[in-house]
Amino acid sequence: MPIILDHVTYVYGEDTPLAVKALDDICLQIPDGQFVGIIGHTGSGKSTLIQHMNGLIKATSGHIYYNGEDIYDRDYDLKKLRSSVGLVFQYPEHQLFEIDVFTDVCFGPKNLGLDKKETQLRAFDALRKVGLPNELYYQSPFELSGGQKRRAAIAGVLAMKPQILILDEPTAGLDPRGRDDILRQIKKLQTETGMTILLVSHSMEDVAEYVDRIIVMNKGRVMYDDTPREVFSHYKELEEVGLAAPQMTYVLQELKKRGYRVDVHAATVGEAAETICRALGYGNA
Amino acid sequence: MDIIKTKDLTFEYIRRDEDGNVEGITTAVDKVDLDIAKGSFVAILGHNGSGKSTLAKHINAILNPTEGTMWVDGMDTTDQDKIWDIRQTAGMVFQNPDNQIIGQVVEEDVGFGPENMGIPTREIWERVEESLRAVGMYEYRKYSPNKLSGGQKQRVSIAGVLAMHPKCIVLDEPTAMLDPSGRREVVRAVRALNQVEGVTIILITHYMEEIIYADRVFVMDSGKIAMEGTPREIFSQVERLKELRLDVPQVTLLAYELQKKGLRLPDGILTVEEFADALEKL
Repeated sequence: MPIILDHVTYVYGEDTPLAVKALDDICLQIPDGQFVGIIGHTGSGKSTLIQHMNGLIKATSGHIYYNGEDIYDRDYDLKKLRSSVGLVFQYPEHQLFEIDVFTDVCFGPKNLGLDKKETQLRAFDALRKVGLPNELYYQSPFELSGGQKRRAAIAGVLAMKPQILILDEPTAGLDPRGRDDILRQIKKLQTETGMTILLVSHSMEDVAEYVDRIIVMNKGRVMYDDTPREVFSHYKELEEVGLAAPQMTYVLQELKKRGYRVDVHAATVGEAAETICRALGYGNA
Repeated sequence: MDIIKTKDLTFEYIRRDEDGNVEGITTAVDKVDLDIAKGSFVAILGHNGSGKSTLAKHINAILNPTEGTMWVDGMDTTDQDKIWDIRQTAGMVFQNPDNQIIGQVVEEDVGFGPENMGIPTREIWERVEESLRAVGMYEYRKYSPNKLSGGQKQRVSIAGVLAMHPKCIVLDEPTAMLDPSGRREVVRAVRALNQVEGVTIILITHYMEEIIYADRVFVMDSGKIAMEGTPREIFSQVERLKELRLDVPQVTLLAYELQKKGLRLPDGILTVEEFADALEKL
């Protein structure tokens, strides 16, 4: 179910002296099944943007269409929208509250008014999808490790069976392995179920590795909207707005400066290794 | 002279059920012996739950050891009479800047620490100024902390600790919530404090590229020190680090991948320049 944002503008504290334009005339299309990364410095409008996508914030002007319907129409069912567009907030484990993991994951579907059997089936399915081991299902969520808690919280959103999953910095504070585990699991979810994923991240390396498309936000506007290779080739402009490129971009730019014929668009370690081998005429990488 | 020293430091959490009966004991820090030299820049790595933060909280006596001893600048941290001296010697900065800032104005927030220590007003202002200059936030002294970015807020938190004139600052994942430029700002400020002011730095982080300039790295696993060495020695052991749920900087990984393809690059490359130089020498 595609989402279309049509000239969306949002002003915090409108008609007050403190008015701030958080989103400024945003036009975007998110087609089905894409893995989209959203990057931008603190305060660039990323979080405001994603909260529009499931109707938590209403645009000051402009329209948002979900599956062809205007979500600001008077008789539009926002509750349905919120179950189809799942939003995982930053540090979602702070929202865990039930006595055990399984009951916590059941909370969402139960509130959708589903019967007990369907609720439990969905909870099992969601916990399996995030790769949480069985023996943890009946433990208190507070006894899990950081990475496990985070996965339990993501399962709680998945149990609502969203078509679109939006995650706001799902790996903040996790160790490198926990980071990889969660992102790999999300990638698998996207390829296996065709779910659309929007990932807000401060890690350029993670974004380069996993997403198909990057939206760069700056001062409430879309600065770039392209493939990782293209976006990171603007590394100087990205630095000016408080971002950076993955370290590989810097390695390849340096090598190019020293006369190596490398592809400077490679953004991941694997791609960089390949282009360096080729530039050295080394093996058939 | 060691500013931080531990011997057999052990910390156990006692888990209890709802009725308060003991269910079991978790050993978060397990017989750790540690020596940190005055003026050095030390990094502590380790996966979630490896005991890093528990260890760090011993340094300014937020936690006291179950067994063993922690000395800060020669003072035993269990000595109740010395607790304020210990906390003044070793300051701490945490992950979330919003939980650490209390003032309405930046300079007021930075002055809070020395004010509590009973420092005369004129000296408080001197300390506030020098601390804010040291982290590059002096121009923002009249701002409300709410108007600052994450990296700026975190630098204000560091200035707040610095104004208490500590000999040592412990930073527990200070960059986890920051964007790339915020991370850069904080790491740069921390390095400057170490090199220019000679403050001992203990940095806990999950971002491997932040610690390539550290003098020493300790890697923790299940409450113990699993690895110890210079960044180059530590990052030469890619497979071992992966076993410990950690990682290496991307350029180090690139060199490692190319080694596997047969390129004869040295182990433990840490920066882009080193990598390019090594490639040219092939």
